[in-house]
Amino acid sequence: MIGIIDYGMGNLHSVSKALERLDLTYVLSEDTGELAEADGLILPGVGSFHDAMNLLKEKEQLDFIKKWVADGRPLLGICLGMQLLFDGSEENQDTEGLGFLPGYARSFRKSEDNVSYKVPHMGWNKLQFKQPDHEMLTNTEEGHVYFVHSYVMRTEAEDILIATADYFGEVPAVVGKGNVIGTQFHPEKSSRIGMQLLENFGKIVAEGRNNNE
Amino acid sequence: MITKRIIPCLDVQEGRVVKGVQFVGLRDAGDPVELSTFYDEQGADELVFLDISASHEGRKTMVEVVREVAGTLAIPFTVGGGINSVDDMRTILLAGADKVSLNTAAVKRPELISEGADYFGVQCMVVAIDAKYDENLGSWRIYTHGGRTPTDWEVTDWAKEVVSRGAGEILLTSMDQDGAKNGFDLALTETVNNAVSVPVIASGGAGAKEDFVDVFDKTRADAALAASIFHYKETSVEEVKKYLRDKGVRVR
Repeated sequence: MIGIIDYGMGNLHSVSKALERLDLTYVLSEDTGELAEADGLILPGVGSFHDAMNLLKEKEQLDFIKKWVADGRPLLGICLGMQLLFDGSEENQDTEGLGFLPGYARSFRKSEDNVSYKVPHMGWNKLQFKQPDHEMLTNTEEGHVYFVHSYVMRTEAEDILIATADYFGEVPAVVGKGNVIGTQFHPEKSSRIGMQLLENFGKIVAEGRNNNE
Repeated sequence: MITKRIIPCLDVQEGRVVKGVQFVGLRDAGDPVELSTFYDEQGADELVFLDISASHEGRKTMVEVVREVAGTLAIPFTVGGGINSVDDMRTILLAGADKVSLNTAAVKRPELISEGADYFGVQCMVVAIDAKYDENLGSWRIYTHGGRTPTDWEVTDWAKEVVSRGAGEILLTSMDQDGAKNGFDLALTETVNNAVSVPVIASGGAGAKEDFVDVFDKTRADAALAASIFHYKETSVEEVKKYLRDKGVRVR
């Protein structure tokens, strides 16, 4: 079973519906007691980084997630949920993140010199695989997925990049280290490839459960 | 690099898609869920639902429609029409829509845009702009109430205003071209693109697949929206995207 963390932000309905279509059982909850029963967690989210971190603290989910990851259990962050996995973000004000992955969310604007381009990065962009053999990319190809974000992860750690996209520079699209995985785009809105990625995460979760048994 | 989006628009009244949708092979041409799946399979990049219900009951039904569509559709969709408050936005977004589109309500009370953006993020906030060329103004004037009521706003001023208040995208409809089927309003589209830095969806005037190439070749539009040309099967999303690809426009 997958636990979707409800911390008051984001489109939880479409993530849960996508899991339903894939016949993946899930629980959508803000209660860490309930979420603890799951074999894998999804941290969704749209909205601002600062608000999201505050809500995770208020709802006392922060320590739960940190312990979850320390225990080696699978966690998937989506969009803002992915950015939260990193060291922090400069959105609105500098805010510390969960710190599972090295990197900082920066405004798109500051990444390129004197070139006028559209922000948010909104729409379908093509994936470029950095780790084609990664289990998250099983049965997918370098196709298009749906992005919408105004801040972009900047990281020195090449080894956490599983797939990237190009938008006036490199955009980390699928990232991961061990049991912590993230997608900057919305797999639940990315048609066939997106569904496949969620299915792959479902498999990772199922394998983890079998290993623990 | 990011691709250009093709967006069919569906008018929904009391829970049913209206405005002559002529499809063969559909069990029920007025069913929003069935139609969304149809367009998804054709390669639509996104969908827009415009709620044209006049009644309270109709609006409530729309929420059910959104919930159902979100349950089957694996591409993003926007809902507009009759959204007047942060509560309205919350209801629609929690039901599963990815973005809400504001029009008249934003002109009446521009703070609504920032309130929505603060709660839900700029990526959720689309502002729909209906513009018509005005000789005296020497530019395009903004209209509300489905194009019936002129305002004092000039289009670039209004576009800048909505972006400064947190609009993440602009859905720009040319009232001069709307329904004329002889192409998008290239001058208007480029004028607005030059005024703001958020994505702009061109709308109004699509009559043939060539019109889509034009709008992407000659303006910096990020997406193009059309209704009747797709509903009446004059062309299909599939055909348009194939044609764009052949002409060197990047599409999914």
